[in-house]
Amino acid sequence: MNRYLVWLLRYAWLLLLLLATPAMAQEGGRLVTDDEVNAIAKELYCPVCESTPLDVCETQACADWRELIHAKLAAGETRQEILAYFGENYGDRVLATPPARGLSLLLWVWPFVAFIGGALIFGRYMVNMRRAAAASENEKAMRETAVSYPIPPTKDPYIARIEQELKGE
Amino acid sequence: MMAEISAKKKLHIPSIAIWVVVLAVLGLAAFGLVRVNTARPEPGQRAPDFTMQFYEGYTWNGQSSASLADMRGNIVVLNFWASWCAPCRVEADLLEQSWRKYADQGVVFVGIAYSDVEPKALAYLREFNITYPNAPDLRTRIAEMYDITGVPETFFIDRNGVIYEFHFGPIDAARLTTVIERMLAEG
Repeated sequence: MNRYLVWLLRYAWLLLLLLATPAMAQEGGRLVTDDEVNAIAKELYCPVCESTPLDVCETQACADWRELIHAKLAAGETRQEILAYFGENYGDRVLATPPARGLSLLLWVWPFVAFIGGALIFGRYMVNMRRAAAASENEKAMRETAVSYPIPPTKDPYIARIEQELKGE
Repeated sequence: MMAEISAKKKLHIPSIAIWVVVLAVLGLAAFGLVRVNTARPEPGQRAPDFTMQFYEGYTWNGQSSASLADMRGNIVVLNFWASWCAPCRVEADLLEQSWRKYADQGVVFVGIAYSDVEPKALAYLREFNITYPNAPDLRTRIAEMYDITGVPETFFIDRNGVIYEFHFGPIDAARLTTVIERMLAEG
């Protein structure tokens, strides 16, 4: 009797396994963990609460979204596809990393523009400083080697005024 | 000589380029701020136009998509809701009953599902036997245009496409009927 019972249990288990396999395949064929869902949820923001990541938000709206992520992962969608779906359906504001399009493009372009602009200004400042130092060196050298001679007075009143101002008179 | 120097000074290209970029960025940022800070349209103002892709089975005049402008000539009761919103459940049945009551008098009820998941939204519509046109708010553009601060919110739009009344929170039968009757009486 016991032998029959063992036999029956063994085959019942096998039958259950065979029945369960197509059901799993219909659901996408893979088990999805909460960690996988949360890894994507972390990259999204709650549509209702301000600045609350989806993985920690306790609202029903976020629970629904996490459920949707779970279903999409089970259906074999990739992280990129899921994030693109949320961006397309709920707007870029729900994405933690805004895509480089539209006004969000500014966020991506601005640091580079600021860096290049800053580098140009800094470069120009350094060049000017070097030129000033070189000019000062030249002037010093010229003064040291200069032979004084009388400058002929000019008749042009404009030049005369510039010379006067340069002398600090 | 002096003229050449001043011309060189005037056309200092790196400076001009930097200023052009800075001004362009500031201009774009200002445009973005203006767009984000859209104010809610008040009664007497034209209702912002938008196009909606209806949920299957919840279309308007058999059209799978329509704009608010297409509905001109009708009184439009524009209701923002979500399946996750508990107060929306309070008014759901009332909205459906009112739609059935006023549908043949040129009153169109339009539901806009805000930040909702489609299977949940459809389950909600089935749960309350809702039959009036309903559409998702794709990219939450409609909610931004109407500057909603939560759900539910209801806008009453007259036959000329002008906002007639606004109601924040779940609406009750007395308020809903009073506003629609007044709009019908005014033509």
